[in-house]
Amino acid sequence: MTATLVTNARLIDPEADTVAEGALLLRDGAIAQVFDTPAPDGVTADETIDARGAFLAPGIVDIGVKVGEPGERHKESYKTAGLAAAAGGVTTIVTRPDTEPTIDTPEVLNFIRERAEDDAAVNVLPMAALTKGRAGQEMTEIGFLIDAGAVAFTDCDRVVQDTRVLGRAMTYARSLGALIMAHPQEPGLSRGSAATSGKFASLRGLPSVSPMAERMGLDRDIALVEMTGVRYHADQITTARALPALERAKKNGFDVTAGTSMHHLTLNEMDVADYRTFFKVKPPLRSEDDRQATVEAVRSGLIDIVGSFHTPQDEESKRLPFEEAASGAVGLETMLPVLLRLYHSGELELPTLFRALSLNPAKRLGLACGRLAAGAPADLVLFDADKPLILDRFKLQSKSKNTPFDGARLQGKVIATFVNGNAVYRSA
Amino acid sequence: MRFDQRHLLGIESLRPDEITTLLDLAEQYVTLSRRREKHANALAGLTQINMFFENSTRTQASFEIAGQRLGADVMNMAMQASSIKKGETLIDTALTLNAMHPDLLVVRHPHSGAVDLLAQKVNCAVINAGDGRHEHPTQALLDALTIRRAKGRLHRLNIAICGDIAHSRVARSNILLLHKMENRIRLVGPSTLMPAGIADFGAEVHEDMAEGLKDADVVMMLRLQRERMDGGFIPSEREYYHRFGLDAEKLAHAKPDAIVMHPGPMNRGVEIDGTIADDINRSVIQEQVEMGVAVRMAAMDLLARNLRARPTELMA
Repeated sequence: MTATLVTNARLIDPEADTVAEGALLLRDGAIAQVFDTPAPDGVTADETIDARGAFLAPGIVDIGVKVGEPGERHKESYKTAGLAAAAGGVTTIVTRPDTEPTIDTPEVLNFIRERAEDDAAVNVLPMAALTKGRAGQEMTEIGFLIDAGAVAFTDCDRVVQDTRVLGRAMTYARSLGALIMAHPQEPGLSRGSAATSGKFASLRGLPSVSPMAERMGLDRDIALVEMTGVRYHADQITTARALPALERAKKNGFDVTAGTSMHHLTLNEMDVADYRTFFKVKPPLRSEDDRQATVEAVRSGLIDIVGSFHTPQDEESKRLPFEEAASGAVGLETMLPVLLRLYHSGELELPTLFRALSLNPAKRLGLACGRLAAGAPADLVLFDADKPLILDRFKLQSKSKNTPFDGARLQGKVIATFVNGNAVYRSA
Repeated sequence: MRFDQRHLLGIESLRPDEITTLLDLAEQYVTLSRRREKHANALAGLTQINMFFENSTRTQASFEIAGQRLGADVMNMAMQASSIKKGETLIDTALTLNAMHPDLLVVRHPHSGAVDLLAQKVNCAVINAGDGRHEHPTQALLDALTIRRAKGRLHRLNIAICGDIAHSRVARSNILLLHKMENRIRLVGPSTLMPAGIADFGAEVHEDMAEGLKDADVVMMLRLQRERMDGGFIPSEREYYHRFGLDAEKLAHAKPDAIVMHPGPMNRGVEIDGTIADDINRSVIQEQVEMGVAVRMAAMDLLARNLRARPTELMA
């Protein structure tokens, strides 16, 4: 096996909450040694990479990535998702089961694991549906699916409306120690909505949902967590109103974590402007007050995890009137430079950012990665946080180009991405 | 006199002086329309296509008459029955029509923003004849012309807009226009039919007709859609009429010379009492219909002038 030495790096350690000059030796797919000097003496390696002062951080673990296999391979394949992830510093993608057909049996799960192993340049961990066909009526074979490699169970953006069904699925999942990821939303309130209620949605005449719908969904789920004791993760918390409920649940000692999306941290409802459908995401973009509260919750650690919620959509499904257009945006490749906006604006420090991007998601899924420590997998991202770029969506690796950041001025470029010690991406 | 718009998609992008320009021109077309010989040639040689993705009798007829009086070739497309049903997307339909070189495209669509989307894809001038619950600019302009003729001015008036504000594109366009012209706007209706964030619209909000109509110069009633009547947004038709229907008693709170408006079609006995609607001293509802044709003639005339001023290679 080969050994790689990265010198002159600025090491971002989310566990220690520090950024320090140093070097890193990678051997046999793992981090062999962490040095606190930029150029350690007497270390032999097959390859030495001079980072020239760039940042080296644990690779991103992105929970909630949609790949179009099976069923919608024209939108994204494992190959293109892997390339996009590698180019964005994402070393592990945790995939969603909202495919066609739904990933709700061990057979379908095995199929996509094989596809991922054959084609994807990064680690792929699949999630499975919580209910069959994501129909919210019968629980899936949670035991078999865990055996087949499912790391969490979710019906994605479909809320299990029948509390009895959800309660039983949670009770069953609890007995197997399975993690459930849910979309906190009150489905009656959010039905048919395309925007967050407020002046902007009213002026644009868009059907809208109160941010309170998220709080109500979260409150219900937390009550069920208290009832069943299941391990629970809320996929996206995006409103200020939901945060006190989350805080209470954590204080009460429930096994509850929460995530949010890169879009809700960096955009607000006004960005939709004249019905720009690339800005249509689910839940819809919120007010600026909500955005700031969400950023603060990531900073304080109340929100544990940040993800891209990468959702490839073809041009046709976006070139429609706003209400009819599909939701979602691609984000694997753009997440790091986009979130670095928060670093440059002084809203988030780098160790905080990588705590939410790498350390916490790895911990939640029981993975050894996400840390800069000897013995941890050598899943790493080396990046220049300052390099300016103007994003061109047609240069993205994803098959689908539906990013709201087309033409955006960003700062930050991935120099190299390592998975198990191998460079899966190097910038040209 | 300036009018710098390429399309008429909404009131939001119009300047006050553009609104005045359009209303002034519309006055001339009111005069023309009252003559026995009603023809002018402002749109001679131009092709106007009316694309209505939503049922409409009055607005479509108004645009058709307006186009014909100005000499355009007018074609109506009943989009309900056409290729949309066969799965064609809005943009493809637009591109197909665009290839036939229309000059004016009049569009109504059930989704907010759909007309903006279409306007991005065609070379001709697009007029929004109502998109979802977003805007209905010619309605607001014809209301403005009606008010100006009845009151002698279009500023510093107390104007009450009553009824289903939440689902009404007419209300949105009227709020925007009347706000731009510096009027005092009250919105009156049940809280279930008020849009969110209404407090930021620069309008007063009332849930009581007596309060909302006090000293009003103009009382603008909105149509209550049938599908909103039963239990969903209001308990019943009769309770709505009792609390919010315009009758003589409620109208007595307005100024003695207040005018009553309604965009039609009316639900007599739901949002408005029949005798008030027919009272020639108060109701300007028929005048609104007349102004509708004149305002649409003016709008298409101004857009056609801008169209003719553009270099012809853009039309290729």
